[in-house]
Amino acid sequence: MREELIVSGRANPLIDPHLHIWHWQIPLYLFLGGLAAGILFFAGLYTIMGKEKSYPAAVRRAPLIVPFVLIIGLFALLLDLKHKLFFWRLYTTIRLESPMSWGAWVLMLVTPLSFIWAAIHIREIFPKWNWKFRILIILDEFFTSQKRTIAWVMTISSVILGVYTGILFSAFNARPLWNTSILGPLFLASGLSAGAAVIMLFSKDHHERTIFSKIDIVIIVVELFLIVHMFMGFLASTQVQIEAAELFLGGPYTASFWIFVVIMGMIIPIILEVLELKKFKIPILIPATLVLFGSLMLRFLISFAGQESRWLY
Amino acid sequence: MRYAMAIDTKKCVGCSDCVVACQTENSVPVGYCRDWVVEVTDGTYPQLEIEIRSERCNQCDNSPCVRCCPTGASHYAEGGIVLVTPNKCIGCGACITSCPYDARYPHPDGYVDKCTFCIHRVRKGLEPACVAACPTKCMYFGDLDDPNSKVSEILKVRKYKTLIPEAGTDPQLYFLI
Repeated sequence: MREELIVSGRANPLIDPHLHIWHWQIPLYLFLGGLAAGILFFAGLYTIMGKEKSYPAAVRRAPLIVPFVLIIGLFALLLDLKHKLFFWRLYTTIRLESPMSWGAWVLMLVTPLSFIWAAIHIREIFPKWNWKFRILIILDEFFTSQKRTIAWVMTISSVILGVYTGILFSAFNARPLWNTSILGPLFLASGLSAGAAVIMLFSKDHHERTIFSKIDIVIIVVELFLIVHMFMGFLASTQVQIEAAELFLGGPYTASFWIFVVIMGMIIPIILEVLELKKFKIPILIPATLVLFGSLMLRFLISFAGQESRWLY
Repeated sequence: MRYAMAIDTKKCVGCSDCVVACQTENSVPVGYCRDWVVEVTDGTYPQLEIEIRSERCNQCDNSPCVRCCPTGASHYAEGGIVLVTPNKCIGCGACITSCPYDARYPHPDGYVDKCTFCIHRVRKGLEPACVAACPTKCMYFGDLDDPNSKVSEILKVRKYKTLIPEAGTDPQLYFLI
């Protein structure tokens, strides 16, 4: 038997009993960042492929919400900081070794792009929109003429943003549950699936909706595959990672992870989407909401459980 | 120059004087601490073994906290001591999460704080407050690059271990066993 006690006044209320320094702000941002990345990825991709006409929701309508999504996400990030007024320090340096520095700079690129993209498509919702000032009209014309270039930058940077949301966690070897490089692709897939769900909600066109239903099914299958591999990797790894995986395999997070993330967020949406493709009448709102919910829960559970996982000593 | 600390787990009685000395010297806010004492009990009664360790930041040579800091607030100072510049720190918490020893805490003033090996005392030629206050003299501080320093001398003759070396952090806090 081995027992370990902290006998002195290690009474850091924010650290012990387990180190829980990141509360709801970080997982909420990771969800919103992933969602924004997913929407922008499809918008950019279909523009590059020259299919703007056949995918109006993906290219023109869904991206209109991205600036709002990112602003809420950025606000959550700001709330997470202890030194809020010093946030600009992120932009006084570039630190290649720090995932958070990468994330801050990628956001600096993606956020203005999302605003530009929304601005040049604003007539989708307000057909009589008038920019009023000459300079804005000139900018609008300029960016509209550069749409393909913007689409390329947007597609690439949204993939970086989507992967980053996972890399932020996986770069910490102090938290064994996060210390797996599968989190990068897993969070990217989850973000893409959330993006596809929002596009389905915005789509009025049956063809487009069917395509995104199929895309969503493929991405969710990939996600399930990545989750299985993540646990296989943990169980074949060191004791600390085996114990980390056990948080989800019998530990305190088991029920919430498998019910909220896997069953409600992945398996039920797949079944509903397959049924819809088989011509059953299913309101798109149900699978899309479930996918978004699952994606949000995945970030929360990985974030909270990860902070509970630790080295043995 | 490579500052390091060696702590004799055989001599330490776990009195927590080092904790109080640190809190006093560094004006650590109430409810927080930069060092703490861990007591490990091994075995089944009556065959019990106890190890008492005074723990703090390991001033790692390969510090995950320095690597993950997005603003460069966490940095290596002289002798490999890891320090935080409060004016650069935004309090994002990345370093706190990255530390396998949980040695950092968020200071109520909005930055992240941790053990500094009392660099302000060391620069004046004094020992860190915890070392100076220890009633059993179980702590040794000094420069590993100097073969005649207290810490080099003791590490030559005693067996020692570091905490979680498998995390790859190259810790510079040595526990004599």
